[in-house]
Amino acid sequence: MFKVFSDLMRYNIEFAIGFFLFLFVFIFGALSFFSPVDPTQIYMLVPDIKPNAQYWFGTNSRGQDLFWQMTFAVRNSLLFGFTVAMMSRVLSLVIGLVSGYAGGWADRILMFVNDIFVSIPVFPILVLFFFVLRDDLTTLNLAILVALLGWAFDARLIRSMMLSLKHREFTQHAIFSGMPMHKIVLKEHLPYIMPIVFSTALANMIWSIGIEVTLAVLGFANISIPTFGTMLYWANNHSAMIAGIWWWILIPVVFIAMTFLGLYLLSVSLNEYIDPRQRLRRMGGGS
Amino acid sequence: MINYLLFAAKRFLQLVAVVFSGVSVAFFVSHLSPIDPVEAAIRRSTRNSNVNPEAVEKMRETLTALYGVDVPMWQQFTNFWSKVVVGDFGPSLLSFPTPTMDLVLRALPWTVGLLLVTVLGTWCIGNFLGAFAGYFQNNKYLKAFGIVTMSIQPIPYYIVAFLTLILLAFIWPILPLGGGYAIGLVQEWSWVFVLSVMKHAILPILSLILVGLGLWFLGMRALVSNIISEDYVVFAELAGVSKPKIVISYVMRNALVPQLTALAMAIGGIFSGTIITEQVFSYPGLGSLLVRAVNSGDYTLVLAVSSVAVAAVAVAIFIVDLLHPLLDPRIKVE
Amino acid sequence: MSDVLTVNKLKAYYIMNYFGTKREVRAVDNVSLTIRKNEIYGIAGESSSGKTSLIKVFAAAMRPPFEIVDGDIKFDFGDVKIDPYAEDKSKVDALRWSHFSYIMQGSMSVLNPVRKIGKTFEDFALKPMGVSKAEFIPLVIEHLKKLKLSPDILNSYPHELSGGMCQRVTIALATVCRPKFIIADEPTTALDVVVQKEVLSMIRGIQQEMGSSVVFVTHDMSVHANITDRIGIFYAGRLVEEGPTKLMFEQPKHPYTYHLVSSIPRIGDTQRRTSLEGKPPSLATPPNGCRFHPRCPIATDKCSQENPELVDVGEGRRVACFHSDKVKPLLEAAQ
Repeated sequence: MFKVFSDLMRYNIEFAIGFFLFLFVFIFGALSFFSPVDPTQIYMLVPDIKPNAQYWFGTNSRGQDLFWQMTFAVRNSLLFGFTVAMMSRVLSLVIGLVSGYAGGWADRILMFVNDIFVSIPVFPILVLFFFVLRDDLTTLNLAILVALLGWAFDARLIRSMMLSLKHREFTQHAIFSGMPMHKIVLKEHLPYIMPIVFSTALANMIWSIGIEVTLAVLGFANISIPTFGTMLYWANNHSAMIAGIWWWILIPVVFIAMTFLGLYLLSVSLNEYIDPRQRLRRMGGGS
Repeated sequence: MINYLLFAAKRFLQLVAVVFSGVSVAFFVSHLSPIDPVEAAIRRSTRNSNVNPEAVEKMRETLTALYGVDVPMWQQFTNFWSKVVVGDFGPSLLSFPTPTMDLVLRALPWTVGLLLVTVLGTWCIGNFLGAFAGYFQNNKYLKAFGIVTMSIQPIPYYIVAFLTLILLAFIWPILPLGGGYAIGLVQEWSWVFVLSVMKHAILPILSLILVGLGLWFLGMRALVSNIISEDYVVFAELAGVSKPKIVISYVMRNALVPQLTALAMAIGGIFSGTIITEQVFSYPGLGSLLVRAVNSGDYTLVLAVSSVAVAAVAVAIFIVDLLHPLLDPRIKVE
Repeated sequence: MSDVLTVNKLKAYYIMNYFGTKREVRAVDNVSLTIRKNEIYGIAGESSSGKTSLIKVFAAAMRPPFEIVDGDIKFDFGDVKIDPYAEDKSKVDALRWSHFSYIMQGSMSVLNPVRKIGKTFEDFALKPMGVSKAEFIPLVIEHLKKLKLSPDILNSYPHELSGGMCQRVTIALATVCRPKFIIADEPTTALDVVVQKEVLSMIRGIQQEMGSSVVFVTHDMSVHANITDRIGIFYAGRLVEEGPTKLMFEQPKHPYTYHLVSSIPRIGDTQRRTSLEGKPPSLATPPNGCRFHPRCPIATDKCSQENPELVDVGEGRRVACFHSDKVKPLLEAAQ
């Protein structure tokens, strides 16, 4: 495990950049645990101070210190993405495995449902839920909803992976040697599936944080807790751009870009690591 | 040909199933809403004047009949569907008594226009450049292009739209801040109007392309770098077939099949991206309509927009799927 | 008799560098040979003996980690003489198919799955043949007939054909321009025996009709016995023995050749076949001395220290073994 990591760090520039970006954002988010201020309190400070030695990121029009505000936003957004990713991974893993293994009518039904989920536009549906639930749409509820909507792509991927594993020779060997099916799946096949689950988890985090940003920017989420999206929501709400409070916009945008780029590079380079064909090409390039 | 028609018919049934279940879910979700459409409409029309309570009562009766909320849920459901199949979602609360369908139909062309231009544009340009980037892996311009798209692609649509708006309409104001056409123009087939529409579409299209291009470019590049080691490509190279021909007819042509599948799967996401981009540029499409409907509590409109969105995406995927057997002779059309 | 291809002391290695470790795989190590006009030259050897790499060099199909380290290679097609690695790539490309062509291994995957066969013929052969499109189609159809292929296949996709038909199509593709030099890389391996025989006789027939030279690569010695005029035996990147097919089978002079030849089953022969101990050596870390010595039943100390040169032993044969004059008695004694 460590060997893989150090190899990737040394020879895969995308991985190294992604890792450092993510590490930076992650540590920044962890700082929120040491925050001297409560992020939900408003008008605690003089509003609209430019970034300076005392307030590194300045303050916003709501009298909040943007530095600490940002740490909470990073933490909440990452946590949101992580929660969604974990929940949807469980769904896609279970559905993918069952569908790939059971085959027959179970597979057909599951894949029919899958097709519906793949072809439903997520955003209008989430807006509809917000419309109905309003204040009941807490961050956790939103995470559950997003997870329920975000498993389909990867379930299909895992299913096709399963199908091909099922027909590999070593599976036949295991069956003939009398190994029970659940044991074959857990011991022989999961090691092939897990890397995919891991790399799709990163991709899913990107997707779900993106959805949270989008919803929250429009105010279609719990706007009282700081996240990437709600920070921009309040900035827009106070017309920060027109009022010339540029740092209120710029800082969250920079952090969002860093987070997304970091996660994306990690997911891309891990994908490449998992796919030996692509690794071979890198080797062939003589880099 | 008969086979193809059968395939299309089967696929059409699937489309109907997807639309039916999607719209039904939307119906049930929206009916859990605490907002009573009748009371909301009455409040709206009686806000600024004193109205005779009897008239209010009459109005309530009429509206209740109109919205059909006085019957049990399952009956509301069947009533809802019997109206929806003829395109009637009931009157809008926001601009009562305009039928919601009118509002949706007014917004739909704008969204479809944006979607069509950006999806076709990004898919074609992205695949074309991606194929060359995958084949000529050492070309430094294509490499640089890859790095740029790679760093924009993961950013959410909203952020990219927002940044292009700030850069090209605010800091360097060369393009309009928003809207579908200049204020005061009449919607007609005149040169001035068309020009204005095009000018207002540049920024939304630009930001959608910036995000969307990467998906196809990077996907195609990865596919192509696998395909170039396939036997049929190596064989063609050994035969001295010209490079452009190999890239287009051998490499790209084979990669288009999975890219078409990817397109079908990505349309939902692109649609979501489009409606959020519309909101940033106050573009008069479905996205802006949806946000307005939510903010004003117009439940019939929210339901109508969501349903049309589900249907539109399903139809788009249906069309892409119909193209599939035409592109891949190996697919057995059953 | 002049030679179509002359290879002199050729060394071609895969030089790889990944995750900090440099690896050098000596796939073709100091090989000298010539291919004559109007002959079928067989290249034999087990997998990873470097035979596929060698024909990559012949076909001018080398890709970056694989490069020529030393030695040279020259084509003489009669009207053109060329060193494919000294000349500009475009010059070599201009000779492809018109002067030399290639029959690829794995018939099902070598044809573009989304292109009709007729289109592929056009892509491959129209330019090298230098005829108009109207003249081209009848020529192709006539050529297909020689390979017992119906003209209808021009309108089919590869997946609609059987494996044997696909293989015949690739042979037709590679021969339609009547090139002087054809490389055939395991063209019959994926086929069942009946189809194999048919395809072999077609290759033979077409070669004789055109007077071309064919380099025929396969690990299957019985195929070699059937079709080739001369054979070169490869082991671990080196040519260990070469000579006329008949003599090679009757009287092998290298213990490895002996083993290959005696492994062919013959009708009526009830003797047990012995398999060779051990595995072919890694080309990245080949053994010292003769590369076959760890598996050779008659190896001596000299074999593990010195590398036997490939020497001319008369009758058009060359062999690289210190014991070439008494291989048979030694091997029989060792058993």
